[in-house]
Amino acid sequence: MKTEDMIKEITRISGGNPAKCMKCGKCSGACPAYDEMDYHPHQFVNMVLDGRIEELANSKGIINCLSCFACLERCPRSVEPARIIEAVRVVTLREQGKNHLKPDGIPAILDDDLPQQAITSALRKYAK
Amino acid sequence: MKFSYYPGCTLSAKAKDLDEYGRKAAEALGITLEELPEWQCCGAVYPNATDEIATRLSSVRALSNAKKAGMPLVTLCSACHHVIKRVNHDMLNNVDIREKVNTYLGTMEGAEPYEGDWQVIHYLEMLRDCVGFDELKAKVVNPLKGKKIGAYYGCLLLRPGKEMQMDDPENPTILEDFIRAIGAEPVYYGMRNECCGGYITVEDKAQAKKRVNAITDNARNSGAEMLITACPLCHYNLQKNADEPIQTVYFTELLAEALGVK
Amino acid sequence: MQRIGVFVCWCGSNIAATVDVQAVADALAKEPGVVFATNYQYMCSQTGQDMIQEKIKELGLTGVVICSCSPRMHEATFRRTCEKAGLNPYMVEIANIREQVSWVHKDKAVGTEKAIILGRAAIAKVQLNTPLIAGESPVTKRALVIGGGIAGIQTALDIADAGFPVDIVETKPTIGGKMAQLDKTFPTLDCAACILTPKMVDAGQNDNIRILSYSEVEEVKGFVGNFEVKIRRKARYVKEDLCTGCGLCMEKCPQKKVPNEFNMGLDNRTAIYIPFAQAVPKVATIDANYCLMLKNGKCGLCSRNCTAGAIDYKQQDEFIEEKYGAIVVATGFNPISLDKFDEFAYSKSPDVVSSLEFERLMNAAGPTGGTLLRPSDRTHPHTIVFVQCVGSRCDASAEKGKEYCSKICCMYTAKHAMLTREKYPDTEVYVFYIDVRTPGKSFDEFYRRAVEQYNVHYIKGMVGKVVPEGGKLKVQASDLLDNRQIHIDADMVVLAAAIEPDKSARPLATKLTASMDTNDFFTEAHPKLRPVESPTAGVFLSGTCQGPKDIPETVAQAGAAASKVIGLLVKDKLIGNPCVAKPNELMCNGCSSCEKVCPYGAITYEDKPFRGPNRTTLIRRVACVNPAVCQGCGACTVACPSGAMDLQGFSNRQIMAEVDAICK
Repeated sequence: MKTEDMIKEITRISGGNPAKCMKCGKCSGACPAYDEMDYHPHQFVNMVLDGRIEELANSKGIINCLSCFACLERCPRSVEPARIIEAVRVVTLREQGKNHLKPDGIPAILDDDLPQQAITSALRKYAK
Repeated sequence: MKFSYYPGCTLSAKAKDLDEYGRKAAEALGITLEELPEWQCCGAVYPNATDEIATRLSSVRALSNAKKAGMPLVTLCSACHHVIKRVNHDMLNNVDIREKVNTYLGTMEGAEPYEGDWQVIHYLEMLRDCVGFDELKAKVVNPLKGKKIGAYYGCLLLRPGKEMQMDDPENPTILEDFIRAIGAEPVYYGMRNECCGGYITVEDKAQAKKRVNAITDNARNSGAEMLITACPLCHYNLQKNADEPIQTVYFTELLAEALGVK
Repeated sequence: MQRIGVFVCWCGSNIAATVDVQAVADALAKEPGVVFATNYQYMCSQTGQDMIQEKIKELGLTGVVICSCSPRMHEATFRRTCEKAGLNPYMVEIANIREQVSWVHKDKAVGTEKAIILGRAAIAKVQLNTPLIAGESPVTKRALVIGGGIAGIQTALDIADAGFPVDIVETKPTIGGKMAQLDKTFPTLDCAACILTPKMVDAGQNDNIRILSYSEVEEVKGFVGNFEVKIRRKARYVKEDLCTGCGLCMEKCPQKKVPNEFNMGLDNRTAIYIPFAQAVPKVATIDANYCLMLKNGKCGLCSRNCTAGAIDYKQQDEFIEEKYGAIVVATGFNPISLDKFDEFAYSKSPDVVSSLEFERLMNAAGPTGGTLLRPSDRTHPHTIVFVQCVGSRCDASAEKGKEYCSKICCMYTAKHAMLTREKYPDTEVYVFYIDVRTPGKSFDEFYRRAVEQYNVHYIKGMVGKVVPEGGKLKVQASDLLDNRQIHIDADMVVLAAAIEPDKSARPLATKLTASMDTNDFFTEAHPKLRPVESPTAGVFLSGTCQGPKDIPETVAQAGAAASKVIGLLVKDKLIGNPCVAKPNELMCNGCSSCEKVCPYGAITYEDKPFRGPNRTTLIRRVACVNPAVCQGCGACTVACPSGAMDLQGFSNRQIMAEVDAICK
């Protein structure tokens, strides 16, 4: 896909609008997963606008984002970075062989108390 | 008062306490919770991507069935509530999603179109808006005097505030008001609406640990002796991943205790 | 048949780029009654105007059509031009081919066709135009200033200086406004009180100024030069003429737990109070919400102790009615409520304060006597975090905050940071900014001084969360230039809250029929060329009621508004607008429909004699329009069931002729 189309696709899927960003960095100030993400919420917004989506697709950021929506709630510009991160993740996982979590891997992570929703949500987040 | 009730998968298995106490307490309050027939898993995460349709279907089925039953839908698990309420919001406000979902359900299942025109509320909203915390207080037989309790909201119950419409996402009061109603003392701590790590626990335990420790430290340093939650995954993370866990219970357990039906 | 001249303007390339002006002139030259049509680069220029005048004289034109910009822009200009050449100014019509054509169409063919149609409509109208003569109305040589902050005070002083009486209506017990609450002022750091209070005293002592404090505008009637205003003087339960401002009542008042609004609620005042030492008028006011005597009839201490006998518990609100020639709005601003930004823990920790609260904490007359102490435990803060743009520059769909930049925050935050470092070098100061905006004389130098000389830590990024814990405020923020998240244990957090127009502005605008924007700032008549006038004639704007401003800008605008008022008040008579409603008495059946819809109260009824059959006289009730009050809105012409009411210059026939010409 051409870079331009890629930007459009990410923006469409996200339902957000990275062009509204005023680069205040509140998203990254709010982010509880900041240190675990290699690219941070404000960078996702900026890099999607710049068309550097490939780099984001291969980043730890799409895995370690907690989808806690702190950035989305506190964004003063309605850019809502969580939506954009999710869109990059979804587009990445939809590619053949890009699933991060495979059903075979699940028994290893189970423990007696682990609630079902943890596995369901991990599968929803990390696989397609 | 009668409501349709959506328990969700985790409440039928690992989080039976949340469910059982919730049902008992409702009964004590004179509320009938009628479990939806043949409900399906909500998927546990809301599909943020606007082009995902299949992952929204189970929520729509639940909403549609509640509408057919003619009773507002009550949920208890934070995650289920988050998913179903947001899908409902989509069905009301996003024409594209609404049309695709209805076309699918209409063609495949012969379902009536659903327009997002039914109400789904959280159990806590039911207590606040339908029962009333004053009324609840009057029905408490066993007030939990002297208990210093921190309300743990997490992320899913409140955010995004515009869609969840439950409480102020940055300064919520519903759980604190609940704690007061059952005779205990709410303890404010700033991390009450910060993420516990959620599903990252299966991917990166260290990250989940870090999140949970930040929350429990802040709660303890603010004077909380116990935390309450409405989310099985938060419950798990807070209990399992904290270096020094604070006792964490489902709010329904304390409700049942206060109403004398535990 | 009129002899009409058509003048098509290029407006440089503004019109000519999307409209074939030659083709328009050629097409319109063929319209009936048109004896001349031309086009020219700038019709509003002296050369353009000369050409119009020459053609009027040379060809004996009886009507003129100008195809140009909006009539809002230059109708008055071209009317004057034609009047000078001996043509009645109401024989001129404007076809708006800029805003309605060239600026909204891209295709030249489409634009040209539409321009011709609009020109044709104007020609059709001119055919039916009749010369109109404007009436005159007298001017009441007194001004009303609504709001007694620095804007209102300056405007009043300037008007009074020119020799005209002015009333200041201020809702608070004293004038002074926000500036009275400030400590130092940027960028010179002179003390706000030192420069404001002399002006307050001047206003109080000026023979031409009457201060109506603790008062509100209740009702406004009339029109430019002739406003009639009803003012509510709220009961302050103290006789203003007797009170000496000695303050004994405040010492004796047992109700000492009233949140002190002057100190932003950071300390308490008594139920009877004078807001601050330099108040003007220096008169006590009883707060009825807290006074024990007024609430349950038990107390009376202030009355017993007042040697002047000024206390009057039975006082009622009073109304006064006054006539004014001009009204100046100076209702000012307030910081927004921070309710929706509790990620900064404003409602949870007393040590998270707004900038205006911080101002009071730094002020010698403030709750801490000018020593910076944090509100929770009155200890000295060693680490302070300032957060910029709280609630400013927000996207509308975020449903919280304001879309605009509040303009003053960057500078007052630099001031706070600098003053803190100056007084308390042991205090670390962090400023989180999105952009530092310092466009003003000596402004950027001021901000650089904070950075270079006072070592204030300016960090490009935003605070995402503040968590109070163990007497500290744990601040989590981003440092975008360093690409890292930082955590600061702060003792205080100061939020630069967005500013918004005072809540009284919206209802006042309704009373004045003055327009506002979506943010409730008053709209100016023209954003560049008439910045201190409201589109409503006779209503002027001063200070932040029109948009965010700092003190120098406010004072400049206040003076500008005053000069506009003076320019109006020196006139003995105003020329009215002749385009007013006029009833055809033979058709009027006296039904009152028009009177009911008239928003200006311009229509009354009279019993008039008419000749009946067989030389009898019939008395019939018919509508009468007061041309000085009528604003020409046309509501009555639509409401009239018998078609008796017509608007001069916009008669039903003229409008139908335009519609016919467009639909031809």
